[in-house]
Amino acid sequence: MTATITAALAGNPNCGKTTLFNALTGARQHVGNYPGVTVERRSGNVKTDTASLNVVDLPGTYSLTAYSPEELVARDFIVDERPQVVINVLDATSLERNLYLTIQFMELGAPMVLALNMMDAVKKQGKTIDTDKLSTLLGFPVVETVARTGLGKNALVQHAVAFARQKEKSWQPLHISYGPVLDPILNEMEEMIRANGFLDQRFPSRWIALKYLEEDEQVLKLGGGSGSKTHQQLKIIADKAKEKCFTTLEVGPEAVIADFRYGHIASMMKQGVVKGDTTHQRRHLSDKIDRVVTDQFFGPIIMLATLYGIFYITFPIGEIPMGWVEAFFEWLTNAATAIIPESLLQSLVVDGIIGGVGGVMGFVPLIMVMFMAITILEDLGYMARMAYMMDRVLRMFGLHGASLMPFIISGGIPGGCAVPGVMAARTLRSPKEKLATILTAPFMNCGAKVPVFLLLSAAFFPDNAARVMFGITIISWVVALLVAKLLRTTVIKGESTPFVMELPPYRIPTMKGVLIHTWERAWQYMKKAGTVILGISILIWAAMTFPGLPDESAGTFQAQRTAAEATLAAATTDQQRSALEQELMGINNMEAQAALKYSVAGRVGSAFEPVSKLAGFDWRTNIALLGGFAAKEVIVSSLGTAYSMGDVDPEASEGLGARLANDPNWSRATAMSLMIFVLLYAPCFVTVAVIGREASWGWAGFSVVFNTGLAFTLSVIVYHIM
Amino acid sequence: MTNTINLREMQVNQTGTIRSVRATGELGRRIRDMGLVPNTEIRIVGRAPLKDPVALRLLDFTITLRNNEADFITVEPTGE
Repeated sequence: MTATITAALAGNPNCGKTTLFNALTGARQHVGNYPGVTVERRSGNVKTDTASLNVVDLPGTYSLTAYSPEELVARDFIVDERPQVVINVLDATSLERNLYLTIQFMELGAPMVLALNMMDAVKKQGKTIDTDKLSTLLGFPVVETVARTGLGKNALVQHAVAFARQKEKSWQPLHISYGPVLDPILNEMEEMIRANGFLDQRFPSRWIALKYLEEDEQVLKLGGGSGSKTHQQLKIIADKAKEKCFTTLEVGPEAVIADFRYGHIASMMKQGVVKGDTTHQRRHLSDKIDRVVTDQFFGPIIMLATLYGIFYITFPIGEIPMGWVEAFFEWLTNAATAIIPESLLQSLVVDGIIGGVGGVMGFVPLIMVMFMAITILEDLGYMARMAYMMDRVLRMFGLHGASLMPFIISGGIPGGCAVPGVMAARTLRSPKEKLATILTAPFMNCGAKVPVFLLLSAAFFPDNAARVMFGITIISWVVALLVAKLLRTTVIKGESTPFVMELPPYRIPTMKGVLIHTWERAWQYMKKAGTVILGISILIWAAMTFPGLPDESAGTFQAQRTAAEATLAAATTDQQRSALEQELMGINNMEAQAALKYSVAGRVGSAFEPVSKLAGFDWRTNIALLGGFAAKEVIVSSLGTAYSMGDVDPEASEGLGARLANDPNWSRATAMSLMIFVLLYAPCFVTVAVIGREASWGWAGFSVVFNTGLAFTLSVIVYHIM
Repeated sequence: MTNTINLREMQVNQTGTIRSVRATGELGRRIRDMGLVPNTEIRIVGRAPLKDPVALRLLDFTITLRNNEADFITVEPTGE
């Protein structure tokens, strides 16, 4: 057994790299983040008879510039961690464009093995690829693979191991000609770099020269930070080169460089690498589908039907495992109640921990089903089509076509969840649009807010409940889009990022890929529930429990109860008995309300009352809203406790509704104002935590303060004009 | 190059050869990364329901561009 070989898996997006990674490593994958950025770092182990490989899946990129975090991550990994071998995966159906990235890896000098993927599709197109010739031209082993079936993966691993051992420590950067204008300049720069030992610990010298010509931000910054004179001298040469390019060739050096890279590839291709028919059957099929699916008229209809279909499927399917999860927590509650004697500890375990975590875990099955649907749409290639169709509309608000999915998942059609919604914004490759999407997606009508709207609209607008619900959904979209526009013209100002995007051919997703990705996303959510939600649940339980009622008032309730119990024991008829039982329950509820008002939560709620009165909320509502910050699911049940309704089932809250409708402090204006507030105020704690991770803690804090401020302002306005 | 037009002006199904790409900076880089360089053959395959963005086919794959990004590209039409 020799030492572990590190292999980097690199390639364009949509080249089947992830599928190949799954085929190589199976489900034994580590998922983490690269330091400082939210780009996923996936790795996994592959063992053969003679070697052990640690395969790192680099983010899919088209190029190695410094424009996106994905590209930087891929480049830094190659440069800094020096993997023994880079496995470059190429979509063999569009070999030329895929080789553009290969050339850039070669210029860095990385030892490579090429995986020509999707060879089945190439054969279907009636083409053949002369892999031996390609291998000779490039100087690397070339292996044909079909990632979906795992074909060629063993040969690939063997070649990678053999090549890594043979090539150890010898990196040979490729030199290609950049034409009569740039070549002499490059030579001059290269000499200067070598003579001064400028940055050449990290990068090949000709590569540094190229990056100066391309005005690569990262390299210029490194050069400037080195304090070396060479940096200034190189910049002067690069500026002259730029002028020369514009006067003689009418384009900048970067365009010239790109042209020559493609030229280099084209000259290799001309030597007969690809043979055969160049009509493309698979593309023909995709084209035919696209003609309908992105049609002016049918496109939007199909899109709406698909989105509606996801929700239509999610709930009935998700409900089945959701029932199991709920049954499990019910069993746990009963077991805990039976084992632990009635005490504060019992209350903590049953109401605080099991109740809190169970409430959130109940959502896991729903989220898994929704994630599965979304993963399928993504792998199928439909997601890119939706972004393409919606881009014009979303761009008006400073967003991007790909912002659609995070909005939908967050509850753009009522019933989503902002946690996976915010995470779905990862697919956005443009940082500004991504941030605006992350910050506005939580305004959507998520599944946890829905019970509040159901309760209030049924109680206060019994004839128009459905219309109110629809109106709330419209309001959520309008607010999200307008706030996005506001953010993009103020705090996240800036040009929109280029849209240039590939529409990949439609592909049937692999079962393995869908399952792995669905599980991963659900697991992230569950980990949160196990840590953050657990802590918050205990905190809220404590705030609503302590301090307990002082002895004298507890005594008063106890006395009342003893009296009622005595009468109950003496009661003779069933009618009397049930009336007395009612009274007894009333006493218990009164005590619960008094205890709640006396607790920390009650005091905080009361303290906010002078302000919240402006929007029509009393101390009881305030407690519910504070609880709702932890999880919006808590709002209805807290209102129930605060209004002495005993335990209220959010699914069947008619009693509470009737109670509120008859309360003199409540009116239609209060109900409307509360609905607006619940819709828009601070995202729940889990969402805030996810925003903190996906964007930054500063932006997470911003969303709490800004959303609550906005929600309160609008609520006050609604309360007063209604 | 007697007869070049802007990519934005091309009709659906029209074909042509790219003659120049004048975009610089990030947009220029992204356009070139996708293989949109001079002498590339393209065909317009469609436009989104609101006429923007535009989808175009290169030899082996399809990409989408916003109209204001297409403005930087001139094309010599070859058919239809």
